[in-house]
Amino acid sequence: MRVKTFPHGIHPPEFKEFTAEKAIESLPLPEKVMIPLLQHFGKPAKPLVQKGDQVLLGQKIGEAQTLFSASVHSSVSGKVISVDNYNHPGGNPIPAVSITNDSQDLPFSEKEETKDPFSFSPEEIRQKVREAGVVGMGGAAFPTAVKLSPPKDKPIEIIIINGCECEPLLTSDYRLMLEAPEDILKGAELARIATGAKRIIVGIEDNKKKAFQIFQDKIQNFEGEVALLKTKYPQGAEKNLIYALLRREVPTGGLPFDVGVVVQNVGTAKAIWEAVSKGKPLYERVISVSGQGILEPKNILVRIGTPFKNVVEFCGGLKEDADILVMGGPMMGIVQWTLDVPVVKGTSGILAWAAPRPGLEYPCIRCGRCVDNCPMTLVPTQLARYVKFDDLTSAEKWGVLDCVECGCCQYICPSKIPLVHWMRVGKNRIMAMKQKKSA
Amino acid sequence: MTDNAFILQSSPHFRDKDSVPKIMYAVIASLVPAVAASLYFFRLKALALLLCCVAACLVTEALFLWLRRKPLHSLRDGSAVITGLLLAMTLPPSLSLELAIIGAVMAIAIGKQVFGGLGYNIFNPALVGRAFLQTAFPVAMTTWIPPVALKIQTATYATPLANLRFEDAIAKGTLTPLKDLFIGNVGGCLGETSSFALILGGLYLLSRRVIDWRIPLGILLSLTAFTGVFWLANPEKYASPLFHILAGGLLIGAFFMATDLITSPITPLGTWIYALGIGLVIGLIRLFGGFAEGVMYSILFMNAFVPLLNRYTRPRILGEGGKA
Repeated sequence: MRVKTFPHGIHPPEFKEFTAEKAIESLPLPEKVMIPLLQHFGKPAKPLVQKGDQVLLGQKIGEAQTLFSASVHSSVSGKVISVDNYNHPGGNPIPAVSITNDSQDLPFSEKEETKDPFSFSPEEIRQKVREAGVVGMGGAAFPTAVKLSPPKDKPIEIIIINGCECEPLLTSDYRLMLEAPEDILKGAELARIATGAKRIIVGIEDNKKKAFQIFQDKIQNFEGEVALLKTKYPQGAEKNLIYALLRREVPTGGLPFDVGVVVQNVGTAKAIWEAVSKGKPLYERVISVSGQGILEPKNILVRIGTPFKNVVEFCGGLKEDADILVMGGPMMGIVQWTLDVPVVKGTSGILAWAAPRPGLEYPCIRCGRCVDNCPMTLVPTQLARYVKFDDLTSAEKWGVLDCVECGCCQYICPSKIPLVHWMRVGKNRIMAMKQKKSA
Repeated sequence: MTDNAFILQSSPHFRDKDSVPKIMYAVIASLVPAVAASLYFFRLKALALLLCCVAACLVTEALFLWLRRKPLHSLRDGSAVITGLLLAMTLPPSLSLELAIIGAVMAIAIGKQVFGGLGYNIFNPALVGRAFLQTAFPVAMTTWIPPVALKIQTATYATPLANLRFEDAIAKGTLTPLKDLFIGNVGGCLGETSSFALILGGLYLLSRRVIDWRIPLGILLSLTAFTGVFWLANPEKYASPLFHILAGGLLIGAFFMATDLITSPITPLGTWIYALGIGLVIGLIRLFGGFAEGVMYSILFMNAFVPLLNRYTRPRILGEGGKA
């Protein structure tokens, strides 16, 4: 079978062996959860509870305010102790609902659907997905209901299920593919119905052959196929994945809708299935706890809002020399300054290791490796230079807004220039300028 | 475990192990065969020139760093050593040490530091040093001696290219055999004579992915095409492309000079234009110019276009031109 791929990209060390063979374990329930009202791309949810309220497992505690928002639900049963700003793994403190767990795990309304889930209309599926607060679980946390609502003039042909998991260390998607392949495919089928797509393509990197074989077997019952992709970073980046599988280019400033595609991560597909078939809100997820700095790396099922501290302690704790703590993967993840932050819907991993001392930064030696490796075919060193010298017009013309911040350029740069940082600075300044202009 | 203090930084958190000094030392390592060949063919003269050039480059670099209030540790990045080595490799073995030192000082001072040091120069520093010597001391720079191994006792000795160009070598049947060009048992600059040693070093650089493969390939392609046309039309007058590839400074230029990261383009299309241009200009100079050799000037000439090439050959962004 031919292995598909995209041009450029890099191959960082994978380190998947820490957790690839570890079956998903459930984390014992935490005593307390802090559930941020913003865990997604868009507007924060509006709190529905206040201090002193009793809540049940799966009860909605935050209501999505606009289309680009997502509801949040309680991940335990117990009592609300505060609705106030709390540490957030994204960086800035965000209003969160803190709940003490009464350890009863009394469900709010988790009842089996009596109706066949596949007989729902597209609008019913979207409604249930929105109600369950499902967001993209690959990391970006884009509200899933929006992704399932293609504009009328953009017919959808294909649902791509993203099983690449191209970030090093992470194995949570891999474990899900091994342990719940049917749920993932059923979720994909629901997404197919909701968008009116014709078929499903599951993309899996060739370092996950076991998952590929399972899916090849299970896909028989669905309208679709499984594609093997080269193990390369960032194979799972939406635009690169679409190009690798279909040779279609998502236009600059556009969305996968524009090329008749909707991409869903495997975890999201499973969440769609659970939301529609059981009415189960997104209150727990699987994460990889890994890295050389974690004593017993594991894949675990965690309730949203659980402090990182509980998760890390369950995995044996940190090694003494661990001095970097990351939420997400090592290429795009966000560093944490404390273990006192809650797990959110977009947390795919908690990683720790002993970071090598940062190398000395040299001037750019024009080696062009950033150009040769950029999956968006940008010229990162030139963009960084434009931003540095505040030439934002040129930076925009040379495509700084197309940068997906995958980190390939900075990974490969022998001069150790913080290229992605400059891209972010450029993007922020341009967006601020545009806002000012339109205001 | 809670008292771990965490590093705060923005992503990505993994970095490749390669670094500027490692790249520079790889280039130095790749020059080992050519340096060894020069020592074998020109013995102590080669050793003295190599040492003088490297030392003068390091001293000049240190002086400028001190004047510019820059940290001296960047001396250790290896780039000044490369300039010294490369300059020495392009000098005639009989050149006096004072002139070599002048060339080395010029290479670092005018070729590199006045532009702002590592990463900012437009022209290949070693070639700037050589161009200065060629212009200021043309006689000394074109006086050649035979390699020691030939055991010829003559004061002067023409290079294979000069022999071809000015001595009517094809008609007289005295054209240097390709085998000698390959091994390096001919007259010429210190490091350019042994094609074998240069190819060895070049292959190492290619396998280590230090240099862009498009550059040597592009130069070879356009030089072959250009000289090939004339050779096919009139083999009585023009030498074969293979002769042009193996003779003179072509291989050292194609593998070690034109591939200088800093002074070559960063875009793929720009790199092709740059490389094809160099090969073409070399062919023009060698066949129709005033000199027998044209590698140095053609590389410097194309260096000047690099900023322009980078600007006008931006690769198409993924999705660019599509309709949203």
